[in-house]
Amino acid sequence: MAEAQLAGDAPARAAEPETPATRELTYLEAISEALREEMRRDETVLCIGEDIGAFGGAFKVTDGFYEEFGAGRVIDAPLAENAIIGTAVGAAIEGLRPVCEMQFADFISCGFDQLVNVAAKLHYRQGVAVPIVVRLPSGGGFSGGPFHSQNPEAWFLQAPGLKVVAPATPADAKGLLVSAIRDPNPVCFLEHKGLYRTVRGEVPEGEHTVPLGKARVAREGSELTVIAYGSSVHLALRAAEELGADIEVIDLRSLCPLDADAVLASVRKTSKVLVAHEATRSCGVGAEVAALIAAEAFEHLDAPVRRLTAPDVPIPFSPPLEREVLPQLDDMKEACDELLRY
Amino acid sequence: MKAANGTLATGPARARGDEDASADTGSHLTRSDRANLLRYMAMMRFAEERALVLYRQGKVPGSFYDGRGQEAIPVGSAYALGPRDRTCILHRDLGAHFVRGVTPERYLANYMGRSGGVTGGKDGNMHFGDPRLGSVGMVSMLPDMALVATGMALAFKLRGEPRVALTYFGEGATANGQWHEAMNFAGIHRLPVVFILENNRFAYSTPNELEFAVDPVERARTYGFPGVAVDGNDVEAVFERTREAVERARSGGGPTLIECHTMRMHGHGAHDDMSYVPAELLEEWERRDPIERYKARLVQDFGFEPAEVEEILGEVRAYVDECAERALASPMPPPEAALEGVFAREWEPLGDGHAPWSRWREAA
Repeated sequence: MAEAQLAGDAPARAAEPETPATRELTYLEAISEALREEMRRDETVLCIGEDIGAFGGAFKVTDGFYEEFGAGRVIDAPLAENAIIGTAVGAAIEGLRPVCEMQFADFISCGFDQLVNVAAKLHYRQGVAVPIVVRLPSGGGFSGGPFHSQNPEAWFLQAPGLKVVAPATPADAKGLLVSAIRDPNPVCFLEHKGLYRTVRGEVPEGEHTVPLGKARVAREGSELTVIAYGSSVHLALRAAEELGADIEVIDLRSLCPLDADAVLASVRKTSKVLVAHEATRSCGVGAEVAALIAAEAFEHLDAPVRRLTAPDVPIPFSPPLEREVLPQLDDMKEACDELLRY
Repeated sequence: MKAANGTLATGPARARGDEDASADTGSHLTRSDRANLLRYMAMMRFAEERALVLYRQGKVPGSFYDGRGQEAIPVGSAYALGPRDRTCILHRDLGAHFVRGVTPERYLANYMGRSGGVTGGKDGNMHFGDPRLGSVGMVSMLPDMALVATGMALAFKLRGEPRVALTYFGEGATANGQWHEAMNFAGIHRLPVVFILENNRFAYSTPNELEFAVDPVERARTYGFPGVAVDGNDVEAVFERTREAVERARSGGGPTLIECHTMRMHGHGAHDDMSYVPAELLEEWERRDPIERYKARLVQDFGFEPAEVEEILGEVRAYVDECAERALASPMPPPEAALEGVFAREWEPLGDGHAPWSRWREAA
């Protein structure tokens, strides 16, 4: 029946313009839209998290959802992150598509066991797919302090069986969240809080997916590649504009699977690489990308691979301390400039 | 307290040992059901004995864990389930796997890391569940599966399906915070989940006195659902309490916590000499062996001939022996299989479990 309907629609579709209509949304609105449209499209999709119901979530991502979808699909969970992830695992095994909200990414520590030991390993051990999404409002820059500012992506990358994405733009936030919901695996969806209301961009209306595991060339250039994701993409783009330099910016979008082809293609083109992220340095994504480049593109390099990251310290509270720790625009410009002049 | 059926609720501060030792099973079990209960308990006992021999022969990598003396709990409880019900089965509960349709061959092959094991060598010992039989296998972190079972029950309730999730844990697991999270969540939403608590007196070497100040079955009331204690070495009593809990859950009455009092008759694992367990405690519980008790009861109360009972046991032993031979013939997995299956390509539904209770056969 679905096929017949599609066939019937074909002539009308052919007449439509190829580029879908877009309009400007904030990063937060794009996440909210992805979730709402998936819940309308597929009645097995539900949300579970703390204060996401009548209150609409700490950041209002699910504002109005409770009224539209009801308490059965917008589940206000008790303050128990393992219960959120663990019950989502059980519900997913039984055919639902739960989207879990951690109120802050930091709180995944309280649900970590269910995520890395149960959800991540079930398919490998027993062939049981666990289609859950864990939304993780992450990142600092607003004096959230050590427990409301972390970028915990590297924790997940050591747990085989989890996919990890970190969109930088509203369009990717929508497309990656839709893809994450439809993926049959557990997906950690890192949404940077600093981008929620500060970043606006054109977002396709209606059906819009971005494949997991595909990076994006955010800016073309030939002299230096900045490999970034999340908030650092915006820092890199601004630095490139302000420096007026021929810098290529690769937005990884997906940290697992990592788009090695896109990384290596850009390195071979520019021969100089800066890897930038807000998360701490040691054993982070930057280390992994640098190791990949060293192994696969060593002979294309004209300079050492450099990293711009937070140092290995917790995120402090006081504004001057936090600014010292989190990479700033000037840090990005300086790091790019050094490599350009190398 | 929300308990719909007051008879299931635990009364005030019940003394340990004051259990419903001989529940009235009335007409719920037929003669052939009773033969089945013996059959599955014996299958668990013989298969574990065989696995222990294989372990001592060096054919089982890692260690060996069994549920000797606890056979009545998994068998009696799983026997009450319908085909579309779901299970998360723990490491002392092999009999529940057998009731739901796993064969001793696949159990023994799993212990030996063979390709014919339930996990094909990906995971060992009792860390398995057969998705084709409606089972999600345990992890070592206890009691994680209580939350997974609660989540399956959430799906049943949201879809309005008359289905039940059943899971097991030891009394040791009740000390962990996730146990509280599961009980609390199940109580809030009155989910169709049955929690089987096996109190076998020790968490590895730690005795009950160092595990909790209040018997965990009493906590059930504080989560808003009934807790009931039962003699875990009486297979029909376990069946009956579970049957009531499953029917209550299926009809919208919410969760039940069933504490089965028993004794772990072997060490935590085969490497554990149990030097911390007083010999008299083991002697006392040896006299309450669930299989010996049930054999006697079948003859005394249910009109079985002693020869008939022995014939059942002989058949089961021969079957387990055949299964062991087939398991030994199963090849080791190809090494490259280690790199496969990290990610799923698509979601697939779990299959249904076997439901040998005569009620389900009649329904079918």
